[in-house]
Amino acid sequence: MLKPAATRPQPTEAEERAVFRGTALPWVFLLPSLLILAVFVYLPALQTLRLAAYRANVILGTERFVGLANFTELLLSPAYRQVALQTLVFTVLTVTFGLLSALGLAWLASRPIRGANTYRLLLIYPYALSPAIAGTLWLFLFNPEIGLVNQILGSLFDVRPRWLDTPSLAFGLVTLAAIWKGLAYNIVFYLASIQNLPGDVMEAAEIDGASGAQVFWRVAFPLLTPITFFLIFTNVISALFDSFALTDILTKGGPYTGNAGVTTFLVYQLYQDGFVNFKTGAAAAQAALMLALVAFITWMQFRVGERRVHYGA
Amino acid sequence: MAREVRAGVVGVPKLGAGRSKGRHGRVWVTHLALIISILVISAPLIFALIKSTQISSEVISPKLIPGGAFFDNLSGVWVDAKLGRYMWNSTVLAVSVTLGKTVLSLLAALAFVYFRFPLKGLAFTLVLLSLMLPTEVLIIALFDLVSQDLRWADTYAAIIVPFLASATGTFLFRQHFMNIPTSLADAARIDGCGPLTYLTRILIPMSWNTIGALAVIQFVYAWDQYIWPLVILQNDDKQVVQVGLRRLIEVGGQTDWGAVMAGAIVTMIPPLVVFTALQKQFSRGFALTEDK
Repeated sequence: MLKPAATRPQPTEAEERAVFRGTALPWVFLLPSLLILAVFVYLPALQTLRLAAYRANVILGTERFVGLANFTELLLSPAYRQVALQTLVFTVLTVTFGLLSALGLAWLASRPIRGANTYRLLLIYPYALSPAIAGTLWLFLFNPEIGLVNQILGSLFDVRPRWLDTPSLAFGLVTLAAIWKGLAYNIVFYLASIQNLPGDVMEAAEIDGASGAQVFWRVAFPLLTPITFFLIFTNVISALFDSFALTDILTKGGPYTGNAGVTTFLVYQLYQDGFVNFKTGAAAAQAALMLALVAFITWMQFRVGERRVHYGA
Repeated sequence: MAREVRAGVVGVPKLGAGRSKGRHGRVWVTHLALIISILVISAPLIFALIKSTQISSEVISPKLIPGGAFFDNLSGVWVDAKLGRYMWNSTVLAVSVTLGKTVLSLLAALAFVYFRFPLKGLAFTLVLLSLMLPTEVLIIALFDLVSQDLRWADTYAAIIVPFLASATGTFLFRQHFMNIPTSLADAARIDGCGPLTYLTRILIPMSWNTIGALAVIQFVYAWDQYIWPLVILQNDDKQVVQVGLRRLIEVGGQTDWGAVMAGAIVTMIPPLVVFTALQKQFSRGFALTEDK
């Protein structure tokens, strides 16, 4: 049964080979990787935690220790709370609808029909599409004056919504674009899992007279829980981070509503505070909170992955 | 770093492995549903493709008939808006990162599988844990480090070196090596073969599917980089094509949408070429993670 590699059991000592001798040699092979991880991953991670406890003045070039003040200010700030809530709603919507539509499409494309290979290829090639391109295409499609969508809506119903200036529409649009962008990736994994489902079980169900819908919901869907869990986690991470390029090009985090831009999500806010408003301390505190969030998600992935995600093979 | 793992860990469709022979009669319904879905999903791309071939008066009209102005549109952005320059930079970035990650993770996996040494568990944990720390979360401190301490701002090193190590790559190569019988390595050693010779003569030729599959993921990941180049590269001549797209839109005043669409289409080509070229490896390479 397919499952995320990260949840596979670690090999025991006995399984490991020690074919070649030498204690210095393995370190020589590992050194480039470990050095890069130490300098460009672990050092910045520690530095982020340190910076979160300081307030820097860019103009004077000074740093002042403020303890947890950056964190308390963030958590008390209505703007940051709004951003966090928006990110949550955006994540839940993209993950739910993204996975449901990908599952449906993968199920359709896995039917043994003529041209199935072509259909599958046409469904997964958009994997090569970047979030920035997705943003660019949607920006043009939903341009209020010359975009195709409004030209169609205008000629049919005489309405031309201001997609990117209306908060609810802009939020919906970014969500839809993110779902669209993620489809190919999710379809790749669902297709792989569906094709690896035990054929005899499915056939037995069909011979017993189960309808297509019954086979899907009663047999296939439960067998697909492992990959669904894996995709939930990867999609949550992707909604948290890959949304940056998409929103930066499509909406610039706007339009403004309440205390913040309606499509300003956590990473966008972090970028804004760090590189536009130059509030290094506040940005580092946000980074630290996101770090905790990613740690929590990863921990959940291992926990759930170990516990629930194991029927099948 | 963290995101490449998403694509790296499970299986990929074995194209053509049709499962059971369905007795469902109305096959045409499935065909129809698939065709409609694919059209809907591809609509933004088809639209971009058509608009990229039209002259500017047609681009802003609802007309959906392809024209012959693709290369005119492209040449406009290729030099004036530096798209050619951006494409070159992205190619340097993506090729270097892909090659570097492949080589470094092969070496790391070699150490993890064929040697026993003190602190091995700790080293492995350090590699794996790095998956939890995506660039976006580190960006504030990483920016200080790369621009202030290393003074690498506006260099290729800034967008390449921090991404050369790969936990995903190390992990997948380790899995793959562990599925290769130990007797092979024993025989090689008895013949006087050192670990590096064993890697280049035996392991790499046996690993092309895994290498190809990882190359696809790593190339696409590197090609899609956006937030890091955006903050670390101020010099336009070094900028990558994803950020370049944003600059194409922001040329002030009227956006030349025909040119932008031509740019977007061209930006999609390299990952599409890599994906198509390595599609077999991409599908097969992950077979190793299918337990049974």
